[in-house]
Amino acid sequence: MGAPLYTLPGTARAAEPPAAASSPTHPAAAPIEAPRTVADVLAQSQVMAVLDELDADLVGLAPVKARIRDIAALLVIDKLRAQHGLAAQTPSLHMCFTGNPGTGKTTVALRMAQILHRLGYVRKGQVVSVTRDDLVGQYIGHTAPKTKEVLKKAMGGVLFIDEAYYLYRPDNERDYGQEAIEILLQVMENHRDDLVVILAGYADRMDTFFQSNPGMRSRIAHHIDFPDYAAAELLQIADRLLADQGYRFDDEARAAFDDYLGLRMAQPHFSNARSVRNALDRARLRQASRLFADAQRVLSRDDLCTLSAADIRASRVFDSAATVAGLPQNNH
Amino acid sequence: MMTNPTGRVTQGQFSFLPDLSDEEIALQVDYGLAKGYAWSVEYTDDPHPRNTYWEMYGMPMFDLHDAAGVLLELKACRQTFPNHYIRLMAFDSTRGIESITMSFIVNRPAVEQGFGLVRQEVNGRTMRYTIHSYATDAPEGQRYGSGPAA
Repeated sequence: MGAPLYTLPGTARAAEPPAAASSPTHPAAAPIEAPRTVADVLAQSQVMAVLDELDADLVGLAPVKARIRDIAALLVIDKLRAQHGLAAQTPSLHMCFTGNPGTGKTTVALRMAQILHRLGYVRKGQVVSVTRDDLVGQYIGHTAPKTKEVLKKAMGGVLFIDEAYYLYRPDNERDYGQEAIEILLQVMENHRDDLVVILAGYADRMDTFFQSNPGMRSRIAHHIDFPDYAAAELLQIADRLLADQGYRFDDEARAAFDDYLGLRMAQPHFSNARSVRNALDRARLRQASRLFADAQRVLSRDDLCTLSAADIRASRVFDSAATVAGLPQNNH
Repeated sequence: MMTNPTGRVTQGQFSFLPDLSDEEIALQVDYGLAKGYAWSVEYTDDPHPRNTYWEMYGMPMFDLHDAAGVLLELKACRQTFPNHYIRLMAFDSTRGIESITMSFIVNRPAVEQGFGLVRQEVNGRTMRYTIHSYATDAPEGQRYGSGPAA
């Protein structure tokens, strides 16, 4: 646009040498000391607090935590490198979380946004969580505006695409998912410092997704695999979930729940922490109706917050296990 | 006497200042977003002061968190209409306000012809005055040099 023919008094902005603003002659312009050590960066960003919280709040997931620490370390070192004028190209932070259902992908994505925000790699730190429906339209010309709308909302934060493999439907070559993927790729490349995209999905399906979209795989720097939880970890998760809601197991109930987990994990459609949460919700229902049945009893605080073994043992999982175990006997 | 020696259209905020850079626009947008305003992009090639409603470029953008989203749309609009006036408007949806609270021009044609005063003589030698934009003598899309349609 044409430069104006006039100047405003006191605004000789173009004439002022750009270096003057950052020169040490303006002490008021530099309120925060430039970080020189890793500790400085950590202290300024308080990223350690988030990492410690991550360690404390999430059970297990050792490889995931290690990877997040690596990423955080890289970002901290990049900050220090930038201080020395070394190549400070914005690192590609797009990630892919693969793992079975209920292994904590969404939870970790929320934490990731916090970490990136504290380190200043995303400006606002909001998480926009979407699935195929939010990105892909229903008719020609519907997809691009829809995807762009979502991308605009995610600018300055993290775009979390759950079940990302649904975006690509190989069986339908006219599927609009491909259009959404192309827009995503373009924005992931050109707006690397404006938003971070995190894809999540089951490992095997994500593999096929990446095979058909090699461009997507190469633009994602961090592939993080979420392992399944062991039974002991699930029990720990159950204890925490209950503690959050003001409930607890008594000793027999914990043993019963351990048995329950053993049986449930062997069954199909087991979804780790999510299954645990659902089982606990059902146990709470049973506890409530157990207490409800005894209308005259004075209920103590302890009664109200304790789940007993009976609440757990009433689960259908034990029935089916019994019938399976019982079948051979009936045949005799 | 020339009342507007620069020949620039002065509508909305900041219109007497030099053009805002993209960084400055981003700061203004962030200010609005922090206040909870919804931004929208509008364009026109008829900058008459009474032309209140310009063409909308896309939908108003609700639920944004960062200026980058608005600038994305603005850049797309600039690419489509390089020789149009483009303005950003912030809508405050607070109950009782529900109107535009910020509005400023972010793109201008290279040459702005400005306005002429038109005199009309009516009954009893009464004079009526109106202003007329020279640009609107040409049909829409051909004003202000080569548009995308021309």
